[in-house]
Amino acid sequence: MGSSGELLFDGADWDFPTLQRIHDACEEVARKELGLDVYPNQIEVITAEQMLDAYSSVGMPLFYKHWSFGKQFAFQEASYRKGLMGLAYEIVINSSPCISYLMEENTATMQTLVIAHAAFGHNHFFKNNYLFKQWTDAEGILDYLEFAKGYIAVCEDRHGRETVERTLDAAHALMSHGVDRYPGKKTLDLRAEEKRAGERRQHEEAVFNDLWRTVPNTKAKSKATLSAERRRALLGLPQENILYFLEKTAPRLQGWQRELIRIVRHIAQYFYPQGQTKVMNEGTATYVHYRIMSRLHQQGRLTDGNFLEFLQSHTNVVFQPEFDDRRYSGFNPYALGFAMMQDIERIVKTPEDEDRAWFPDIAGKGDVEGVLREIWSNYRDESFINQFLSPALIRRFRMFHLHDDPAESQGIKVDAIHDERGYRRVRRELARQYDVGFVDANIEVVDVDLDGDRRLMLRHTTVKGAQLNETDTRRVLQHLADLWSYDVALTELDGTDKVLKEYVVSPRAAAVAA
Amino acid sequence: MHIVDRRLNPGSKSLENRQRFLRRAKALVQGAVKKSSQDRDIKDVLEGGEVTIPLDGMDEPRFRREGGTRDMVLPGNKKFVEGDWLQRPNQSGAKGSGAGEGDSEDAFRFVLSREEFVDLFLDDLELPDLAKRKLAETESEGIRRAGYATSGSPANISISRTVSRALARRVALRRPRKDEVEALEAELAECDDETRRRELLALLDALKAKVKRIPFIDPIDIRYRRFETVPKPVAQAVMFCLMDVSGSMSEHMKDLAKRFYMLLYVFLKRRYKHVEIVFIRHTDRAEEVDEDTFFHGPASGGTLVSSALVAMHDIVRTRFRPADWNIYAAQASDGDNMTSDSGVTGHLLTDKILPVCQFFAYLEVGEAANYTFDMPDSSLWTLYERLRNEGQPLSMRKVSERGEIFPVFQDLFKRRTSQERV
Repeated sequence: MGSSGELLFDGADWDFPTLQRIHDACEEVARKELGLDVYPNQIEVITAEQMLDAYSSVGMPLFYKHWSFGKQFAFQEASYRKGLMGLAYEIVINSSPCISYLMEENTATMQTLVIAHAAFGHNHFFKNNYLFKQWTDAEGILDYLEFAKGYIAVCEDRHGRETVERTLDAAHALMSHGVDRYPGKKTLDLRAEEKRAGERRQHEEAVFNDLWRTVPNTKAKSKATLSAERRRALLGLPQENILYFLEKTAPRLQGWQRELIRIVRHIAQYFYPQGQTKVMNEGTATYVHYRIMSRLHQQGRLTDGNFLEFLQSHTNVVFQPEFDDRRYSGFNPYALGFAMMQDIERIVKTPEDEDRAWFPDIAGKGDVEGVLREIWSNYRDESFINQFLSPALIRRFRMFHLHDDPAESQGIKVDAIHDERGYRRVRRELARQYDVGFVDANIEVVDVDLDGDRRLMLRHTTVKGAQLNETDTRRVLQHLADLWSYDVALTELDGTDKVLKEYVVSPRAAAVAA
Repeated sequence: MHIVDRRLNPGSKSLENRQRFLRRAKALVQGAVKKSSQDRDIKDVLEGGEVTIPLDGMDEPRFRREGGTRDMVLPGNKKFVEGDWLQRPNQSGAKGSGAGEGDSEDAFRFVLSREEFVDLFLDDLELPDLAKRKLAETESEGIRRAGYATSGSPANISISRTVSRALARRVALRRPRKDEVEALEAELAECDDETRRRELLALLDALKAKVKRIPFIDPIDIRYRRFETVPKPVAQAVMFCLMDVSGSMSEHMKDLAKRFYMLLYVFLKRRYKHVEIVFIRHTDRAEEVDEDTFFHGPASGGTLVSSALVAMHDIVRTRFRPADWNIYAAQASDGDNMTSDSGVTGHLLTDKILPVCQFFAYLEVGEAANYTFDMPDSSLWTLYERLRNEGQPLSMRKVSERGEIFPVFQDLFKRRTSQERV
């Protein structure tokens, strides 16, 4: 393939050889110039309808059947029809090979953009970012999903669709509390996971449940021997991964139900890093496509017309409405991420005094690609913003920090703005908005009343006075109680352990557990 | 790199999920369907279409936090300085940040296919007494291709099959081809040698004789396409629409009746392969008319309900053998009838009509403003009430508003346990 001069394509049409040429040209820039390290690429051409399909099953090509995906589909289809929503140009899957979906309607320019963005930008990020390395198993995910789909279908045949659906509904409700937040004891190996699933099921069905072995035979003896501490240690409490806790210790779940919970938990875990790296991930992909497209244009492999077409899409993607704009709905991760990556490039290449003061490690270092690769590997949104949001960018976005205390009658306070006094506070507050530890409710399983009615006890430690929405909480707890088969109690505490609210929910008669 | 073309893969992978969602949301969608079908012409009900369902009835609960102090960083400051106070928006959360998910999902329009629509529309309805009259399922004959036969009617000759068999036979019997004969004739014409001529002539004769013996197409080549009849169960139904069109029936009343008939029609259409409708209108005399005349044709005169029943009875006798047809009748009237006619009507119903009917509904229509239920019962209502008390299988309802049509219909047809009576 000639490295310059030859047009990759002319006009809007493309065919498979064109895609191959585009990919090879992008790859050359990505590897040689940006030094990207990617999983092998697989590019799949799909229709708009298939794109909608993929959307509604969280972007995964094979997913088990569940009504909520149908709901998603109906909702998205409706907004798509109404024109409220354009389809994403691409969906990319964190797997090896890395699968990027291209819509057949895209023009050749769009396909180039998508390949540069997804097949190189996202792909590199998936392969190198520490969170993804820690929590996801790119080689195993597709096989695991295949297994999950089949397993759930078999369960439906064997135990009836409704029973399975009830279990899945309950597990979904707890999905956001089905992840391990701190690495260490377990790394994900989905292939082995799948292989072991069958054996484990049989094993667990046969084996004595540790939890209930600790249930004393005679009352007199028990209370003395089984201290609260020891009991909690045996149960691995406190435990913030509620799904994991249920899977291991819920007394009356059947083997297949434990497996379903496990499946939902693994999938939640698989997506966990994505939630923490939206800004970085999209920023990386956008930065990469921008670099690649510009280089291709420079090399004369894209016409001016095609490049203009690209710029228009690019500008749309990185558009950030201001807070008083009707279109405003929070920070656009593409816009923020891309701006930060470009800003880092500027700091590394041509820093001002201010940048030298704020970023002594990278200012003027010269090796843009090296610095960025290092950042892409070792940060998540929260730490990334906390570390690299520069005063220059805070000024450019004209960011300001609002503090809203309901007890304050004067209104909402402007706490910091884009000035010398405010930079650090704005940066810290924005970073906090991306801190999952901060954003998700902090709920833990704290104890089980083994001597009494086997009540499961949970605790929500509130932050900044935010309590749980009551209606939703009751419904989630209902699901939880159904899985647990005994009463479930949730206590909301403030920072000083003062009880703010208590919930107690009993399992329904026709509970999930048989 | 690897490129895969997935466009030919079966799309609508979501179909299954969609159906699961529909099943799940059935009550909600059904409510929406009924609401939307009240507003439109009932004939359009068959077309399916959009319904709006509230999504909050279908949401999936999560632990969500709310309230408390909030901190947010926003872009686009124009004039604020540190320490400024902002007016709170009237409603908390009107301009919240971080509410990225789950919002704007309060309701959405959902497009149902025709099938889905009608299914949901009629879901829990059932025709009364279907099981009781098993004979209603008649057998009719269908025709299907069944290979070839050596005999049949000329219209069914299969040319290609016949020709190919003839060809096979000619080849097998070595029928001389035309060019063979021609070649010999040509040689003969140029031949001077007498012995050779004689030889050729003999050969030629032999060939010609053979051609004659082996015809181009022999009767035994001929093949006919064979058809065989297969019994096909066909459930058929006829619906009698009996309407009083005397002067006292207003357009509003006719409209109510029409809606009821349409519902009944849609419903029957769903259950039977074959549904006929017979429109009978009556004043003091009855006639069978087409749909348009039925609903819009002007007529006036006194009222004799029995005339319609007589007409119906005649039609049943001549065209719809009760053994072959499921017979349904819906009668709409404002309830006025000549007092002298009551006895006749009663006898007709009890002796002739009801025994052959699967279902007979009487719909008494009233003016919109009237409180039908406060008025003294009409003469027809009184009569039917009496018959019903005597144990006749009559269903009767009063309707005065459009919105009541569907509930009444549903009430009449909803699935019942075996002993329940309408």
